[in-house]
Amino acid sequence: MGDCALIKHAPPPAKYGGRHTVTLIPGDGIGPELLTHVRELFRFCCVPVDFEIVSIDSKSTSDDDMNNAITAIRRNGVALKGNIETNHNLPPSHISRNNILRTSLDLYANVIHCQTLPGVRTRHRDVDIIIIRENTEGEYSSLEHENVPGVVECLKIITRKKSLRIAEYAFNAARQNGRRRVTAVHKANIMKLGDGLFLQCCKEVAAGYPEITFDSMIVDNTTMQLVSKPQQFDVMVMPNLYGSVISNVCAGLVGGPGLVPGANYGKDYAVFETATRNTGKSIANKNIANPTATLLASCLMLDHLRLHGYASMIRKAILATVSETRLHTADLGGQGTTSEVVQSVMREIESKGPRTSEQI
Amino acid sequence: MAASSAALSLPKVFRPVLGLGRSGNPAKVWAAAASCRREKSTFVPPPAKYGGRHTVTLIPGDGIGPELLNHVRELFRFSCVPVDFEVVNVNSSVATEDDIHNAITAIRRNGVALKGNIETNHNMPPSHKSRNNLLRTSLDLFANMMHCQSLPGVQTRHKNIDIIIIRENTEGEYSSLEHESVSGVVESLKIITRYNSLRIADYAFRLAREKGRRRVTAVHKANIMKLADGLFLQCCKEVASGYPDIQFDSMIVDNTTMQLVSKPHQFDVMVMPNLYGNVVSNVCAGLVGGPGLVPGANYGTNYAVFETATRNTGKSIADKNIANPTAMLLASCLMLDHLRLHDYANMIRGAVLTTMNETRLHTADIGGQGTTSEVVQSVMKNIQSGGPLTTEQI
Repeated sequence: MGDCALIKHAPPPAKYGGRHTVTLIPGDGIGPELLTHVRELFRFCCVPVDFEIVSIDSKSTSDDDMNNAITAIRRNGVALKGNIETNHNLPPSHISRNNILRTSLDLYANVIHCQTLPGVRTRHRDVDIIIIRENTEGEYSSLEHENVPGVVECLKIITRKKSLRIAEYAFNAARQNGRRRVTAVHKANIMKLGDGLFLQCCKEVAAGYPEITFDSMIVDNTTMQLVSKPQQFDVMVMPNLYGSVISNVCAGLVGGPGLVPGANYGKDYAVFETATRNTGKSIANKNIANPTATLLASCLMLDHLRLHGYASMIRKAILATVSETRLHTADLGGQGTTSEVVQSVMREIESKGPRTSEQI
Repeated sequence: MAASSAALSLPKVFRPVLGLGRSGNPAKVWAAAASCRREKSTFVPPPAKYGGRHTVTLIPGDGIGPELLNHVRELFRFSCVPVDFEVVNVNSSVATEDDIHNAITAIRRNGVALKGNIETNHNMPPSHKSRNNLLRTSLDLFANMMHCQSLPGVQTRHKNIDIIIIRENTEGEYSSLEHESVSGVVESLKIITRYNSLRIADYAFRLAREKGRRRVTAVHKANIMKLADGLFLQCCKEVASGYPDIQFDSMIVDNTTMQLVSKPHQFDVMVMPNLYGNVVSNVCAGLVGGPGLVPGANYGTNYAVFETATRNTGKSIADKNIANPTAMLLASCLMLDHLRLHDYANMIRGAVLTTMNETRLHTADIGGQGTTSEVVQSVMKNIQSGGPLTTEQI
């Protein structure tokens, strides 16, 4: 599980004493409890990261909470978040909070690395796909209007600048991770101008990376191939909506929403969360949620902060825990609780060598 | 009519596929269309022409379409199905729309069509619309229905899947309305209307009731596209209140696709706008065994067009005798059901399923080494052995 970040910019310098400050947004549903476990784990392992907690009340209609959160992230440069619920019953002018965060901070690349984990039984083996999804435009522009009653027009925006940017990101990430092939996913046979532009930008960027094979596939064929032969895919790049669908399909293939971490990268900021962005309202506070995705997301964050030693340590412990079927949570078909999993991770870390508090 | 009686006097085996439709009476078709109501269950297929034979438009399309449709015609001739095909070719490489308009006129005349997929060349300018899309919107084939069932004999990772997917077929993201107001910025319009959403929801619930289904799930992305998918969802809810015997729930499309790959048995009937329908139907086709196995049907108020569910041209395997004919054969059975020729439909369907049980005959897409012709021969053998010779049944 390598570092998929585009290492173009240096993370914010460590503050006094070599400790980083990271914004933490608990979110709703299972977010708060899982992030509490992350903090517990970091404290136990003496990870030099302090969390600045910014709560967002999803029920209020004012934007103050969001603005505070965004300012905090701008200040710290890095954040770890749970998903913020979007209430369907509020008027359409109330835009999804997660979406506002992504667009204000211009986190243009959503990177999800789907890998079959040893110890988790799935129908497909050896899945190893990196999905790079454009995160700020496309169908998620929130531009809709009803000119004539009963007829709604929803705008999907594709721009040359952002398509080039995400394609650059994808090929660069592929090169850095030693990947052979990038597949662009589109629907240009129907949306000729929109997805046609996206595809064209990908082709232009591909010309500058001769060692990487570039091909394209229509989104419906892609989803069908994913459920029958997912091993054929390597790196995939796509606009926003297809990215949502495909990342969920891939998460389902490797074991479910509780296992896959996701990262949102921008030029200056990075925000880490679970890949499938579920609030998990129905299982909140019952101690049955799977903490693996959130814990692995925190490892991605540590990698981003160049704290690779801690990241590998925690990651190894998590993988060792996931291998134990006894500790599998309900979503993987077991009966373990969240706290048991976290305890096991801590025990693994403790047993692996000298106590971490002595390493510093 | 002289031509028809002359044709009928020929031995059945050698009866050519004449374009009897051309000499048919258009008044009959229009009368039937005018008298039929919107409900699918009471829709009256076009009356059989002279001698109890129906005329169906056949559009070969590109890729594997022509060869598979030839097999369908062969099979129908062998089984003495009282259907004549009016073949209309559509050349996908020319830029004029005459071919497709001829095809549309033929379908209006006959009311029913069986088609292969017509290729859309990406290199043509954007004004060159997808022919398949043009056909669907001109004939207002608003409902695309796809029944994904695990076939016995085909090994898949999930067993006993039985999902009906109803997809809005004319609007949504497929409106082909795009423009580039500012260079480098493309706006693509997704249209959702109340009228079409109510119509498709009504179709879905009515179908669910007819088939004795318990649950309808609407698939949407209303947390992001609040007005558009919000309107769709609202229309579904309104229609749902008129069907208290059927449970209605909704699910966001990304969660749906994830649930489909892990627990597909929770789904019963699903209704959704155009693009999600495309993705979800392909995922389900993949779950039951691939694009070679699932037939699809496009229904409108007055017309019905049958094709494979995943609409692939299959260019790379064209003319190599390795394509899987099952989807096309099952699509022709759906067509026969639509024409109320249920006996023939069940006979052919039974034979196809029996053939599917034999792993020896599986084609390359389901992991075997059989050829298309072997599969079709086997279907014919099954029909022949299934009872008295069909030529004697009439």
